[in-house]
Amino acid sequence: MKDLALHILDILQNSVTAGATLVKLQIEEIPSKDEYLVKLIDNGKGMDAEMVQQVTDPFFTTRTTRKVGLGLPLLKQNAERTGGNMAIKSEPGKGTEVDVKFVYSHIDRLPTGDISGTLALTVSSYPAIDFIYSHTTPEGTFIFDTIEIKETLGDLPINNPQVIAFMKDLISDNLKEIKAS
Amino acid sequence: MSKITSLADLKSIKAFVEAKMSLRERSETPESMVQIRVAMATCGIASGAKIVMDYLITELDKRNIPAIVTQTGCMGYCYAEPTIEVTRPGHQPLVFGYVDAKKADQIIEKYIKNGELLDGIIPVNYENIEGK
Repeated sequence: MKDLALHILDILQNSVTAGATLVKLQIEEIPSKDEYLVKLIDNGKGMDAEMVQQVTDPFFTTRTTRKVGLGLPLLKQNAERTGGNMAIKSEPGKGTEVDVKFVYSHIDRLPTGDISGTLALTVSSYPAIDFIYSHTTPEGTFIFDTIEIKETLGDLPINNPQVIAFMKDLISDNLKEIKAS
Repeated sequence: MSKITSLADLKSIKAFVEAKMSLRERSETPESMVQIRVAMATCGIASGAKIVMDYLITELDKRNIPAIVTQTGCMGYCYAEPTIEVTRPGHQPLVFGYVDAKKADQIIEKYIKNGELLDGIIPVNYENIEGK
């Protein structure tokens, strides 16, 4: 994966596959503590303790189309490469939380990439799922909430191409405003 | 300073899109539209599926082809990523492999518009991705 946005695009799929109806993505940039935190919380079907252990094994996957599952292992590797780490908390029936910590100033920390595109594409692909994304920097916090957007849209579908373009602009403009890296 | 897009702008977009939509388009069901599913698991994303999906959404809209573009998981053709599954109304789904923006353009112009077949179709004996 070339950037963080692609990793997020990848692991958001895990929440979708787990049957989540609400997915929260929180990114926090804390240069003063030299941390870049990414947190993903869903209310999907969750995993038992044994499976939580297994998911970061590249040869573990729940899919039947192939024998390897690289999404989480690659993300873990990229976090550890900066001196950070990844922790997964999960409870069957409740949901899963993935916490990733990157060291902010490390040269190997992936560029953030096209977060706005990642979210717009995911949100429009799964109209039935609500996503809440918050991004915090020392300059402020931006919150993107599909519940709000769907209310404004009324019966206009969220996967309308014009709406997708709007969501991309909304996110990228506001991220620039809070000087997201 | 340039203007920042806000939720308030969505209202004007909504009005604009709704005015543009003809009555016929409003009554269109997903079955009567071209449906495209882009394989977006780790393998697809790493090979550039996001660029392809972005391209398809923008270009189909520009060329006025009513379509729904969504993501799907891995179809098991990791060697041929990015792969996309195209379903024209009333036709069997077709899977194309090694799709980049250039290939996506050909798929729109030749297959979606005229039904011409192209190189790069993955021959499979399946009904659809879920039924596999």
